[in-house]
Amino acid sequence: MTATTTTAEPLSSDRHAAYLVGKEPVLTARHVSIDYEVEPVVHAVKDVSLTLHRGEILGLAGESGCGKTTLAYGLNRLLKPPALLTSGTVTFHDQDGPDVDVVALTGDALRAFRWDKVSMVFQGAMNSLNPVISVRDQLGDVLKTHRPGMSRAERASRSAELLELVGVDPLRLDSYAHELSGGMRQRVMIAMALALDPQVMIMDEPTTALDVVVQRGILREIMRLREQLGFAVVFITHDLPLLLEISDRIAVMLRGEIVEIDTAEAVFEAAQHPYTRRLLGSFPSLTGDRGAFVRTGEGTGESQEGPHA
Amino acid sequence: MADDTREAELVTPAADAAPAATVVVDGIAPPDTTPGVVPDVPPGQDQGVPPVPARRGLRALLPRRSGKLTAGIVLVVAILLFTFVAPFFTQDPRSTANERFLPPSAEHLLGTNHIGNDIFAQVAYGGQGSLMVGLVAGAIALVLSIVFGIVAGYRGRFTDEALSLVTNIMLVIPGLPLIIVISAYLQTRSLLVVAVILGLTAWPGAAIVLRMQAKSLRSRDYVSAARVAGERTPRIILVEIFPNLLPLLTAQFLGAVLLAILAEAGLSFLGLGPSGSITWGTILNQASANNALSLGLWWWFVPPGLLIALFGCGLALVNFSLDEIINPRLRLGPAAVKSVRKARKAGVGAGDDPKETVAA
Amino acid sequence: MSTLEVRNLVKDFTIRKGLRRTRLRAVNDVSFTLEPGRTIAVVGESGSGKSTVARMIAQLETPTSGEILLDGTPSATRGRGLDAYRHDVQMVFQDPFASLNPFHTVGHHLERPLRLHEVARGREALDARIHELLERVNLTPAPVFAAKQPHEMSGGQRQRVAIARALAPGARFLVADEPVSMLDVSIRLGVLNLLARLQREENLGVLYITHDLATARHFSDEILVMFRGNVVERGPSDQVILDPQHEYTKLLLSAAPEPANHGRLREEVRRELAAAGAGEPADRDRFGTRGL
Repeated sequence: MTATTTTAEPLSSDRHAAYLVGKEPVLTARHVSIDYEVEPVVHAVKDVSLTLHRGEILGLAGESGCGKTTLAYGLNRLLKPPALLTSGTVTFHDQDGPDVDVVALTGDALRAFRWDKVSMVFQGAMNSLNPVISVRDQLGDVLKTHRPGMSRAERASRSAELLELVGVDPLRLDSYAHELSGGMRQRVMIAMALALDPQVMIMDEPTTALDVVVQRGILREIMRLREQLGFAVVFITHDLPLLLEISDRIAVMLRGEIVEIDTAEAVFEAAQHPYTRRLLGSFPSLTGDRGAFVRTGEGTGESQEGPHA
Repeated sequence: MADDTREAELVTPAADAAPAATVVVDGIAPPDTTPGVVPDVPPGQDQGVPPVPARRGLRALLPRRSGKLTAGIVLVVAILLFTFVAPFFTQDPRSTANERFLPPSAEHLLGTNHIGNDIFAQVAYGGQGSLMVGLVAGAIALVLSIVFGIVAGYRGRFTDEALSLVTNIMLVIPGLPLIIVISAYLQTRSLLVVAVILGLTAWPGAAIVLRMQAKSLRSRDYVSAARVAGERTPRIILVEIFPNLLPLLTAQFLGAVLLAILAEAGLSFLGLGPSGSITWGTILNQASANNALSLGLWWWFVPPGLLIALFGCGLALVNFSLDEIINPRLRLGPAAVKSVRKARKAGVGAGDDPKETVAA
Repeated sequence: MSTLEVRNLVKDFTIRKGLRRTRLRAVNDVSFTLEPGRTIAVVGESGSGKSTVARMIAQLETPTSGEILLDGTPSATRGRGLDAYRHDVQMVFQDPFASLNPFHTVGHHLERPLRLHEVARGREALDARIHELLERVNLTPAPVFAAKQPHEMSGGQRQRVAIARALAPGARFLVADEPVSMLDVSIRLGVLNLLARLQREENLGVLYITHDLATARHFSDEILVMFRGNVVERGPSDQVILDPQHEYTKLLLSAAPEPANHGRLREEVRRELAAAGAGEPADRDRFGTRGL
């Protein structure tokens, strides 16, 4: 099934090459490998190279266990032992400053880099709000830590502005997590990630636990903010149709490798890797033809179940 | 992924722990190079759990071999052997034919007491008495905690309310004073009576834990599935819920046995123990009543005291290794720490806790 | 004709908050009839009451009012009558990691319903039936899978065991509560196709509970859209999806990701922003999600 070996470049099309012309990179990962130092050692990410361009939404698609979350954590230096970046470089091209070698960062420099330059919205992030601290204080904390020069009044107005940005009524500043719905909590988390005006946001399944209607609202919010503020997004999910709708480019991960990377249009119209095609085929079209799908007993059928069948 | 939306629950039975480590990924055959495929969980959560080899059925419930377990079992078995084998080789523990206050000698391994009983014989027989009290009390406590815990938790509603009421009342009655009052009230206390009293007062704590566990297990899908399949309530409790509580029940039983032995020794020491029987506690009581401590008659009070301590220690060690089954984190802890240390040493790209930055 | 009919099903939950008790109507007046060989999909978001409907039909919850009729007879809620009902009506649960007891083997999970419903007696007959069931859900070699523990299998394999278990008593009606939402995307269709094949083979009536409109359309004959306990729209599946009448159905449809729409959302947002820049207020709340 796999057409690639460890050393092969991910598949991509001419359209992808055309897209890349004139794009300015903001985050570059070169030959990144990440292992879990357990017995036996698990190679979660194998020699992955990836470039994120300024202001683009890059979708990272893959199923559970493919290493997409691990890669995202690696990009942001959030790996926690036993996960270990064994080789490769991650470079952040700062808009107003020299390039940053992310792998070499330590201590305060790392802390300043994270959240300030690259922020992250975690999987199930809506449950990571502190239940006993109000939204105001949590937003304030981020600002207090990273912008020590800000006065209390400035922090308050910035917090209100942030909530306004993500479509939550600033009156909610004094609410606690349990008083907010899942969608609002997720919006607050996005506001926190936006607080320091980062150039890159990494979003790990930010909407998976939400109902479609709420999810749609948040996606629009992300798209709108991206247009307004110009940050780049790495959007990680297993939901390929969702990625097709929102992202500029899509990278498909399988077993720790990126097997295909292309523009959303090209992935939709002419996916090259069999795995990408299979993922696409897993989502029957809502309004389109029934095609060979189900009920008739013909077509793609149960063979979809793969080698386990 | 979607799995993460599942609620975190209290129960972590042994077999449940394994899936986290040995995830099989659907659809894609795991390549040969990665036998245990990494679950796509953020590194901050649950990583560092080495794959646990799969073990089947009952075997999965047995504790893994460890120093703790071996030491515990050796202690317990050795003491059991001693109390059941030694009496065949000793004289009658009630025989007063010996001289009084003899120090240890070849003839009387642990000397004699104030009325000329052979203390070695007394300790050996007394062990049987103490163990009997422990086992009977432990069994009574176990049965009661199952009835008041699991049944209440599983049945819910009125049954739960009624049974919980009894549990709560029993829980707030201070145990030791109650035992003392009952013991003092009864003129003649046989070994069995003491055991029953101890058993009747030892169960409420365990029942509350079991009730919570049963409540949580009851809402598990596999219990619902058993109901849909047409299983009857008793069978669901026994076949679906019970096995997942076995490690906990065993731990609670051993704990109850241990507590009962200690409580019996305490009661006997206070003079409220079984009358006319020999237990480690009564030996200690007699030793204390006859100033053995100030007279320096160590062979009178040290052996029973030591045996109680060692037996308790053995049971506690076995219980610790059972705890590791009930809470796999304890078992996997050392291994996880090791792999974390190894990765730290290698050093590249290891960051801090992601949550830390969220809060910061 | 054999049917499974629910008539005016209502379920209230009592919520205790301190001393106050409030009643929450989870399901309000739901009726439909399930026929052999046909599938009805119940579609809705979390909290719409769709799972409660499934649990009531599986007799895991007791309806506050309303009836469940099997072949025209009200179903029993206890004793032999309930056994007979369960012989005919079975359920597949959402989470294959939770619906199999970690303590028991696959064989045990299949053996129990076979014994309980007296489908087979004796070791040999039982084993033969277990192996047959496993083969029907494509878990081969069957003896190997029969001896496995749940945690030795992938989610898809577990879910197929759960399906085999539901078929074991010889059920005529199957309630599938989000049977694939916990599985990896690339195997979902496979499991659904498996269900569809078994449905054809046994002429099963299937109630398919889901939040996924696309599979609901392709997998079912009729769709019921639920919103806060009420059925807001129902009809033949193509009609409901392609020509929705109720506002909520339209909202759901517009929110469902559609690969063919790639780029459209981006353009919409850009247009809106451009419009906002030109002085018009942006209609940010088109989906009414601001308050959610």
